[in-house]
Amino acid sequence: MSDISTVQEPEVTVPPRISEWKRFRRIFFQRKLVTFGLVVLVILVLVAIFAPLIAPSDPYKNEMSQSLQDPSWNHLLGTDNLGRDTLSRLIYGARTALYVGFGTVLVSAVIGMILGLLAGYLGGVVNGIIMRVMDALMGFPMLVLALLLAAVLGGGLQNVVIALAIATLPGYVRLMCAETMSVKENEYILAQRAIGAKGFRTMMKHVLPNAFQPSLVLITTMLGNVILAEAGLSFIGIGIQPPGVAWGSMAADGYRSLASHPLLSFSPSIAIMIVVFAFNMVGDGLRDALDPKLRGTL
Amino acid sequence: MTSYIIRRVLWGVLVLFLVSVIVFFSVRLLPGDPVLMFVAQQSSGSGMTEEHLEKLRIEHGLDKPVVVQFGNWIKGIVTGDLGKSIRYRTDVASLLTDFLPVTLILGLISVVISTVLGVFLGLMAAIRRSTWVDTVVTIISYIGLVIPVFMLGFILIYVFGLKLGWLPIAGYKLPWVDFGASVKYSVMPVACLAVTPLAVTARQMRSSVLEVNNMDYVRTAWSKGLRERLVVTRHILKNSLVPVITLLGISIGIIFGGSVIVESMFAIPGMGRLLVQSVFNLDYVVIQGGTLIIAAMIILVNLIVDISYGWFDPRIRYE
Repeated sequence: MSDISTVQEPEVTVPPRISEWKRFRRIFFQRKLVTFGLVVLVILVLVAIFAPLIAPSDPYKNEMSQSLQDPSWNHLLGTDNLGRDTLSRLIYGARTALYVGFGTVLVSAVIGMILGLLAGYLGGVVNGIIMRVMDALMGFPMLVLALLLAAVLGGGLQNVVIALAIATLPGYVRLMCAETMSVKENEYILAQRAIGAKGFRTMMKHVLPNAFQPSLVLITTMLGNVILAEAGLSFIGIGIQPPGVAWGSMAADGYRSLASHPLLSFSPSIAIMIVVFAFNMVGDGLRDALDPKLRGTL
Repeated sequence: MTSYIIRRVLWGVLVLFLVSVIVFFSVRLLPGDPVLMFVAQQSSGSGMTEEHLEKLRIEHGLDKPVVVQFGNWIKGIVTGDLGKSIRYRTDVASLLTDFLPVTLILGLISVVISTVLGVFLGLMAAIRRSTWVDTVVTIISYIGLVIPVFMLGFILIYVFGLKLGWLPIAGYKLPWVDFGASVKYSVMPVACLAVTPLAVTARQMRSSVLEVNNMDYVRTAWSKGLRERLVVTRHILKNSLVPVITLLGISIGIIFGGSVIVESMFAIPGMGRLLVQSVFNLDYVVIQGGTLIIAAMIILVNLIVDISYGWFDPRIRYE
């Protein structure tokens, strides 16, 4: 009997175990710009929530005696042609931007992913009908379709969300459909069938969790695009209607006094840029963290 | 190949039909009565009686049931008659021949500039990775991705239009009418239209080149002692273009969408502005005809893009 304690333990170098969440976090926060984007978004959400507390004055109150003021201590960014405080309107505009951004993406991603899942999983006629309608929606430039739909629905916050959600739907459907079709071919799905699982159960419990990750990245990218599109619609005058405050319509209003008061159109435009940039950064970080293959490709 | 093209064209016709269904029925859901809208905008409108209104409705076929109207419209399209605008009192076809060339010219210049410049910038950024060139291109493409089209317009109008007074800020002239003036009128709108597709192209090109750079045939090209110019143009450039070609279809969409904003901003008499105004005027047939033409062009470009893959990458075959 040999003494157990004398047996030499083989030197095995076990790779440090690292949880999925930890790996995700490490890659996500690797780039400073991603952290910056996240910080900007957190601040933006806080500003939107606490707008009534932060805003120095009432964003809706017209004061003709104060119209088109230059920046001063009373009005840090000046006032517009109706004497409304630009800074306060910017702060309230953050609410609109976030509401439209998150609302649209929520509606279009949920509906789009369900339709894509159905089209990809069921195939056949269902696939044909869903995908042809999506092809037709994609035949329009996104902004033209959104313009038409927003006009039909009559503008306003909720209707802009619906219009943009329909206009951005095809992207989710196509992506989800393609993912589902590839996941469906895996053997574990066949195994589910073999043990007699119901189609619906297989689709929801096994196909969906394995197919939705790419959509997550699309969602963050779309957030920025949707906010840009809303700004465009409001700029033309078909998006958010007064008295609602939107950065796009602020920019359009300011356009009339561009020569004398450039700040009126530049400040909301810059706000849009910062927010869209932040969303894009977070989207990039998410993509890198979820798909290591794409790392380092801008 | 031929059967592939025929199938794709038939497919495209089907999609166009669906597009026309969507447009036709959504314009009829627009709140308001097109005839009343037209009358309200005429100065002599106040004297209009109910009979006049009825006559206008009959003239534009708006008195018939919606399904009959749809049938008539589709029949018109097949025979080349797009209907008659309520607002402009002319055929939609002749209206389009006035407005479409402006958008097409601005769009074409924008596509060419954004693609050529985007490919060049993306290529430079990738082959000079992690140098100042890369940084500059990255910054440019980020700005292009996040800037609202109208923001660039503001900056350009403010600097070159209002402060320096070099460029006109409203209107347009076609090149065959007055070439010099046309160039001046085009600079700012083209910059606005091209900025986003340029950024998207540069970004795509950069990552595509980085990928091709790792290929064995590029290493072989280097190791047999080819000069950089040859490696880049012969081996890297052509192979990294395929994903960029795909973007052409997307760019066309972005540019048509952008023209809605840009043409409104610079008061350019093109399709984008015509569509916006027709939506406000409830000019049904103009919206229908306009969107249909745009959709047809987008579908056509995507078809050409798909066919051209085979030329850029002979490994791609069509059944």
